[in-house]
Amino acid sequence: MIATFSRSDWLLLIAFIVIVLTLPWTMQPIGAAYPDLLQKFAIYGIFAIGFNILFGLTGYLSFGHAAFLGVGSYAALWSFKLLTMNVLPALALSIAVAGVFAFLIGYVSLRRSGIYFAILTLAFAQMSYNLAYSVLTPITNGETGLQVRAIRDSAATSLRDGDVRVIDQFLGIPEIGVPISNLFGMKMSGYSGFYFCAALLILGFFLALCISRSNFGMVLKAIKSNRNRLEYTGVNTRPYLIAAFVISGMYAGLAGSLLSITDPIAGAERMQWTASGEVVLMTILGGAGTLVGPVLGAGVIKYAEQKVSSWNEGILHNAVALLPEPLQDLLVWFFSFFVGEGWHLTLGLMFMIIVIFLPGGLMEGFRRLRRAFSGGRSADSAKTATTSTVQEKS
Amino acid sequence: MAVADIPTGETSEREFASGVPDKVLHIDDVHKSFAGLHALSNVDLDVRHGETHAIIGPNGAGKSTLLNVCVGRLPPDRGAVIFDGHVLTGKTPHEINQLGVARVFQTPEVFLDLSVLQNVMVPALSKRDGPFKLNPFAAFAGETEIRDEAEAVIASVGLADHMRDTASSLSRGDKRRLELAMCLIQHPKLLLLDEPTAGMARHDTNATIDLLKRIKEGGMTKVIIEHDMHVVFSLADRITVLAGGRIIAQGRPEEIKNNPKVKEAYLGEEQV
Repeated sequence: MIATFSRSDWLLLIAFIVIVLTLPWTMQPIGAAYPDLLQKFAIYGIFAIGFNILFGLTGYLSFGHAAFLGVGSYAALWSFKLLTMNVLPALALSIAVAGVFAFLIGYVSLRRSGIYFAILTLAFAQMSYNLAYSVLTPITNGETGLQVRAIRDSAATSLRDGDVRVIDQFLGIPEIGVPISNLFGMKMSGYSGFYFCAALLILGFFLALCISRSNFGMVLKAIKSNRNRLEYTGVNTRPYLIAAFVISGMYAGLAGSLLSITDPIAGAERMQWTASGEVVLMTILGGAGTLVGPVLGAGVIKYAEQKVSSWNEGILHNAVALLPEPLQDLLVWFFSFFVGEGWHLTLGLMFMIIVIFLPGGLMEGFRRLRRAFSGGRSADSAKTATTSTVQEKS
Repeated sequence: MAVADIPTGETSEREFASGVPDKVLHIDDVHKSFAGLHALSNVDLDVRHGETHAIIGPNGAGKSTLLNVCVGRLPPDRGAVIFDGHVLTGKTPHEINQLGVARVFQTPEVFLDLSVLQNVMVPALSKRDGPFKLNPFAAFAGETEIRDEAEAVIASVGLADHMRDTASSLSRGDKRRLELAMCLIQHPKLLLLDEPTAGMARHDTNATIDLLKRIKEGGMTKVIIEHDMHVVFSLADRITVLAGGRIIAQGRPEEIKNNPKVKEAYLGEEQV
């Protein structure tokens, strides 16, 4: 597979690696270079890349991917509670459980397409969310959320009194204070946690690139383009769709696992429909069907969530301090609706503008800019642009 | 399902065994109705190996319905379609294609977002890999053998200059050519063409006739549904005439030309 990567694929991959690994420096000017936010960039980037394998390649819009995120989170927590605080078993378990869960939901939901498919996935996710709050409380710990605790004193006591971590106990790994997830002793918090997430983001991106350039990926694109024609060319599209759904769910499980790894507590709100809607926004905002777009969309939304929501009138006043006072007051009054608790308004407006003027997301904006700056070659570019768009998207 | 399991019973089995020699497709007593309207009634039809069989008839005669029944898009109410010893009735379109039946639609059905080359390579992969093969690490760009063959087929239908263009940028006529290339690369035993020249200018129609004649030289069996009598009489070895969902005439082109029933029901004053 790697041998057949084109020069542009290699450049894309190398640029992606460099940009991700240098985020702690490049994000400093916009105040986003702290580990918690950087981890979220990487984790939701993985979530969006996975979602894009389904939505971007096949055109099937799932409104239930948060269910896999939640399942991955719970699975990782149970790995911490029962096996070890080492992250590798947690990752493996989360991906496997999310994969099985995705297969079950996908098998049923993919009997329909279009809006019916979207509603079915939404129904399954909401069902999972409500189950997590009700009958599955022994597994999810309900509203309190599942979290790691110190190892219990005696085997006779229940899991409510403490965790088991059989592997850690067997290996005699000492535990002092609050248990922290680790990779063979390296704590998964702060920048080490970010770099761990970043490594998995790069791996996820590489796998998505491989899928996109593979025969499998080409069939998925053909499904998006014309599923009916594909059936008449001898392809059984359903197993392909199920495979894409499961792979996509496994990415979500991985992201959920990383959420638990960087912050070992999991609540049912991760499965709520708003979380499913968020990944849809990320993908469309960045550019569905492109490789980089969903990651970019995830970054923009997480930045807005963390930073714009923390801005207040004082920060706005500082930003317009050079203007005359009456104008300052007017601007601060106006923009105060869009910051702090009103950050969703900013996000909503941004989304509307992108969808109306750049249906291909931010990536389409970059393509237009590149075309504009490439200087007057647009005379015969209408045809080639269409072709190159296909190649870039593919 | 084997021929012996044909749901219509002994008649079709006997006919398939002893009817028209060397037949590839056998349509046996097919009925299809929509809300009480009989689209097809008692349709029996045999297509011989290597022949070009045209199905003609006025609008609403049931031609496209018959084709849809053949490719699994519509289940017949009664009767069976047997191809090369396999009962197609009840099979899905992809299963039927894997048996060697390819179809060109009335309105060109191509992958609009993919390039012309990709459009032709996908059916070739399906032919080689079967209906499903999970190969996320088999590079599409590494399929050099299939790409070479696809390029040759694309060139043969006259689209060599459009190899890297997206299918959506092609004209209607070129999309038809592309769809034909998508079928040809699969080397089907039976090619079903639903009005392959509809909406084409005379020049494009003649080019398509030439192309289909060239395919004929390769020995592929074809069933063509067509309104354009120029196309029909240029290509057909045998013709079946449908009217009101029933077969009113079958035979060689010269027999059909002189058949009074056909003149009355279909050709009318056109006087072929």
